[in-house]
Amino acid sequence: MRALAATVGAVALVFCASVPAQDKDVTQREIERYRELLAEGNPADLAEAKGEELWKTKRGPKQASLERCDLGLGAGVVKGAYARLPRWFADTDRVQDLESRLVTCMVTLQGFTEDEAKKNPFSAPGRGSPIEDIATYVAGASKGMKFAPPLEHPKELEAFRTGEELFYRRAGPHDFSCATCHGDNGKRIRLQDLPKLTDPKEAQKVFTTWPAYRVSQGSVRTMQHRLYDCYWQMRHPQLDYVSEASIDLQVFMAKYASGGTVEAPGLKR
Amino acid sequence: MPDPMRIRANMAGDKVEVRVLMAHEMETGLRKDASGKPVPAHFIQNVSVDHDGKTVLSAQWGTSISKNPFLHFRFKGGKPGDKIKITWVDNKGETRSDEATIAAAS
Amino acid sequence: MRSAALFVACAALVAGCTTPPPENDARREAQAAFERSFTHGNKEMFARVVGQDDVQALCSRYRNRPPADVAERIQKSQAATIVYPADGKLMGDWRQGEKIAEDGFGLRFTDTNQPNRPNGGNCYACHQLAPHEVSYGTLGPSLYRFGRTRGSGEAIQRYVYGKVYNSEAFTACSGMPRFGLHQVLTPEQIRHVVALLLDPESPVNK
Repeated sequence: MRALAATVGAVALVFCASVPAQDKDVTQREIERYRELLAEGNPADLAEAKGEELWKTKRGPKQASLERCDLGLGAGVVKGAYARLPRWFADTDRVQDLESRLVTCMVTLQGFTEDEAKKNPFSAPGRGSPIEDIATYVAGASKGMKFAPPLEHPKELEAFRTGEELFYRRAGPHDFSCATCHGDNGKRIRLQDLPKLTDPKEAQKVFTTWPAYRVSQGSVRTMQHRLYDCYWQMRHPQLDYVSEASIDLQVFMAKYASGGTVEAPGLKR
Repeated sequence: MPDPMRIRANMAGDKVEVRVLMAHEMETGLRKDASGKPVPAHFIQNVSVDHDGKTVLSAQWGTSISKNPFLHFRFKGGKPGDKIKITWVDNKGETRSDEATIAAAS
Repeated sequence: MRSAALFVACAALVAGCTTPPPENDARREAQAAFERSFTHGNKEMFARVVGQDDVQALCSRYRNRPPADVAERIQKSQAATIVYPADGKLMGDWRQGEKIAEDGFGLRFTDTNQPNRPNGGNCYACHQLAPHEVSYGTLGPSLYRFGRTRGSGEAIQRYVYGKVYNSEAFTACSGMPRFGLHQVLTPEQIRHVVALLLDPESPVNK
């Protein structure tokens, strides 16, 4: 990550012989040029293909596939489902995001215990994560569609309010909240642009680029991982996978991202 | 059996344009794992692309090629409907071959 | 239910929403959800985030835009926390300061495997400082040539030391961590940061 910043920085220096004041434009252009170079050949395609295969594979004690999983649009309907998440589900009577819904299906359809289903959420070098690949496949099946998560059911509204409080909750030895980094327009941390997540113009562009292949991670990462990673940076402990807070925050962000176009799976540093 | 490649091949003018995404860890051998032990080198050494019985591209790769390599190239002499075969061999002797059919201009 | 509706209505006004959200179900639920969502991780770290001090709670409640009277109270209370070095020496070594500015290590849950390594200040995450470092953030104002225009007298040294120690003594609900109060940086380290900003020989001022 530091090497990347240094590389982009070094390229920026070539165009910037004099001492820079806060020269956003040149640095910005070089970052964008780097992104364009990377844009082709998104390795997320590999995860998507794996995920589709896993969706159809009989797994778990019940030796069943996920092809009857209801992601909100009816049993087995994958296309368009991600564009309507997070949402309230009648069968569990709670608001769920993509990954918590996959956990539900792995438990009810395939017979895994909840712990087993949540055991390996994020891949690592030499160790893939089935749920990560499946999430990539499902998200990719909404690519190009309008992002329109529902926000009507009382529990969805409650999740929004809770998510909002969590978004502004300052805590820990750095006094950080989500809003510290994501509460203003036009800011960046080091060379990484930070979207103002309560600004629909920005939220619509970034929220649905997740899941994305993260070059710095060498694998696809989902919104669950993004939140886990944010809390790491915020000097908080490990966020529980598919926890209430992770879903409430997504409902909050999804409201501002509504109306954007699903671009998943994306490609990021 | 290593994971399949994703291949797209289509006409671009009089040339065939090929895009291949290969699934491979491409370990340099320099990285250390969490316990401090070096992770052994594991990377693609040879890539070859065959069309109509001829090798149209041959590459020798090293450790500077990054994980999940993406290869994009053009060659002459192919037409829609033809098959191309792409093969990689890595330093452990593992190998993967995949075929694709050339599509019309995209 | 009516207060909740008011709250949602207020939240919907993106900017200029100065009516503080009431102490209501949403805040209580958020606290409860928070406590239920960090159950498998580092327990000591959880203890540091499960509660909020007064300032964190107020700034959360006011979305970092406290009304003037609240802001004044915060700044007063935070100013009272600043502990200046007993020997009165506020400037250290800018070379050490530059290292502290570059280093983001410390207090993350992966940093526990290096218990004897000092924390960094991670200043470049948010600020421009020395010109050779192009990888700088813009969450905070540029500090390039900070000392050049302000000199390095005692008053400005006290300001810089104090600001790094507890930024909210000067700006209530500032986004800048309270490095001294929370013991992220030691007094020795803060002196080095003061030097980075004020020493005429520091690259920041060249």
